[in-house]
Amino acid sequence: MSSVKQQYQFKPGSLQQSEPNKFSGEQLRAEEMIINLGPQHPSTHGVLRLEVLMDGEIVREVVPHIGYLHRCFEKHAENLPYNQVIPFVDRLDYTASMNNEHAYAMGVERMLGISEQIPKRVEYVRVLVAELNRIASHFIAIGTYGIDIGAFSPFLWLMRDREHILRLLEWASGSRLLYNYIWIGGLYYDLPVGFEERCREFVNYLRPKLTELDDILLKNKIFIDRTANVGVLPLDLAINCGVTGPMLRASGLRFDLRRVDGYSVYPELEFDIPIGDGRMGSVGDCWDRTYVRFLEIHESLRIIDQCLDKLTTDHKRTRDFDPQALVPKKIRPKAQDFYVRAEIPKGELGFFFRSDGRSDVPFRCKCRSCSFVNLSMLQEIAKDILIADLIAIVGSLDLNIGEVDR
Amino acid sequence: MFDRIVEIVTREARHAGPVVDENASPRALIIDVSDLLPVCDALHRNPETYFDMLTCVSGIDNGPDTGIMEIAYNLYSIPFNLQLMLKIKLPREGAEVPSLTSIWKSANWLEREVFDMYGIRFQNHPDLRRILLPADWEGHPLRKDYKHQEYYKNIKVD
Amino acid sequence: MKGLLDQRFENGGAIVTRLDDLLNWARLSSMFPMTFGIACCAMEFFSTATIYDMDRFGMAPRASPRQADVMIVSGTVTFKMAERIKRLYEQMAEPRYVISMGSCSNCGGPYWQHGYHVVKGVDRIVPVDVYVPGCPPRPEALIGGFLKLHEKIRSETLMRPSAIEQLMEKQGSAHV
Repeated sequence: MSSVKQQYQFKPGSLQQSEPNKFSGEQLRAEEMIINLGPQHPSTHGVLRLEVLMDGEIVREVVPHIGYLHRCFEKHAENLPYNQVIPFVDRLDYTASMNNEHAYAMGVERMLGISEQIPKRVEYVRVLVAELNRIASHFIAIGTYGIDIGAFSPFLWLMRDREHILRLLEWASGSRLLYNYIWIGGLYYDLPVGFEERCREFVNYLRPKLTELDDILLKNKIFIDRTANVGVLPLDLAINCGVTGPMLRASGLRFDLRRVDGYSVYPELEFDIPIGDGRMGSVGDCWDRTYVRFLEIHESLRIIDQCLDKLTTDHKRTRDFDPQALVPKKIRPKAQDFYVRAEIPKGELGFFFRSDGRSDVPFRCKCRSCSFVNLSMLQEIAKDILIADLIAIVGSLDLNIGEVDR
Repeated sequence: MFDRIVEIVTREARHAGPVVDENASPRALIIDVSDLLPVCDALHRNPETYFDMLTCVSGIDNGPDTGIMEIAYNLYSIPFNLQLMLKIKLPREGAEVPSLTSIWKSANWLEREVFDMYGIRFQNHPDLRRILLPADWEGHPLRKDYKHQEYYKNIKVD
Repeated sequence: MKGLLDQRFENGGAIVTRLDDLLNWARLSSMFPMTFGIACCAMEFFSTATIYDMDRFGMAPRASPRQADVMIVSGTVTFKMAERIKRLYEQMAEPRYVISMGSCSNCGGPYWQHGYHVVKGVDRIVPVDVYVPGCPPRPEALIGGFLKLHEKIRSETLMRPSAIEQLMEKQGSAHV
């Protein structure tokens, strides 16, 4: 253990200097206290710090502090060519990397004007892996939410099922978690031989497991007691705060960018958009959000079935199919401002590009992340609740700190 | 429909009429800073447009040579499925922009991030402080002439 | 070579061993990691803990730093987080170890070039025992890191390193 390299020595007071609290001890009344749910905590959300002003057991106000994982994505995107930014785009929402890549690649292709020429097989493979990753992301969301509430077994079961998805995606792309698979203009490699059959076996394996998940977690009396009528998000507040994704759908609005925008091959696929209807409590409570995510897993399985049908009949693999055929050698879009958005498992991921038409490096690439905007809504609904309800609400937001901080 | 939006914006923009930017996607209108709040208010409340969601606020730095910074607002209307981009131009030093938190609550954190990365101050913002970087960080990183500090609390910033 | 408890003992159950070996074996067989996932590597840590069964090595995650033996820094360390990591490290009780998991905490990772807010390696903050490369490292690689830490612990001793101290004194006086 060499002590030569260490450069930092802890001094008391330096934590307050770098991230000061909003409330200080002098401002409090006699019965109030400030509790810090610090960046390291037993729950699994990542490095999020919540400063909670409490009156006994009741939470008066919550102030989230973020930035503990700010990895300077936008600075990297301003210095690297368009295609070299894709590994960094992966690491934004690291539980659903394929969806991030899909949004980014779609945006750059539209800027270049080649989005109509992408072969259909490539598009179907993109949708297939994106939906597989959507299921994996929802597994983590529901599993870790169960741990927060206190149910440990569903997490283990869901991780076991998620492992099958990761193995399938490792077979296709080479990596378990951060794939760099969807490139601008195509894919890195075509699907390996035998992938479609294995994927179909997985879909058939998973359907009974979802019924088990329903029985053990969603219909569990304790889970319902802890999450129904908790953290109700009214629809007008949700829209004003810019909330998207399963949270908006749980508040009752049937809004899904895959249907509204109809990008990629989603218009050719049949799937429903589940919304929350308040069957266990009120519309827009935590139970509804978890239930919407659970129903979306079913819809994703339907989409995967249809993609596999298309990939084995109409767009079968041929010997001369090259997924990198349309990958441009020089990516130089003309000067424009462009905003692209796509539906990732957590909400709406948007990229704002500005290209100056002269170089193959984006002049500005801003990532509009759904978890950032969803988290900003926490201050509005977490007033006058119990601290246990606060934990339930934060878990139902399905945050990904890599996306919040970028 | 876009022409109708241009009409509404022209009526509210007192200082300078909107300039249409055809190159942008969704199509963009460049307006003056002082018109920002009335234009956004009108677009938010007009029953023909109802822009009820502010999705993205991006700051853009055009470089120290041009001396101009821009902010691009992306608005979206759920009932009518309309997307609109509003752009404003600002000087690089001492820029002050009215905050949109009175209209859309999502502007709260989005504007804090623009302040953190570019140093643009927002008037009437309820809580303008740094959000992603530590409070004692020096500089605003996404500016084109940003040089990172040598050491932060004795750790080398490489 | 059989482990300590895999052998049968005749003659009344007396074990003869060195105190060093016994203490080291006790320490490495029950290392409790602190639950401290920062970023993407934490996902692989979850996989290791659940599917690849970290529990067979005796490792059960403990939430509080006071009760933990090893801190697995899994994810990118930023400047804002660096001070908290140091504070957590100082709250852990001796003997404590640090495993740096993933290339972000080894050396800054993919963010080394333009990452103004990324600390280029967690060893600028806390002393690290084992570095596990990968982005993210596979669960098998992380288990390899645990075994490497076991080897390191096996070679520890309670004895004062008097020979090394004498050597350093001689070298110190020679250099001065």
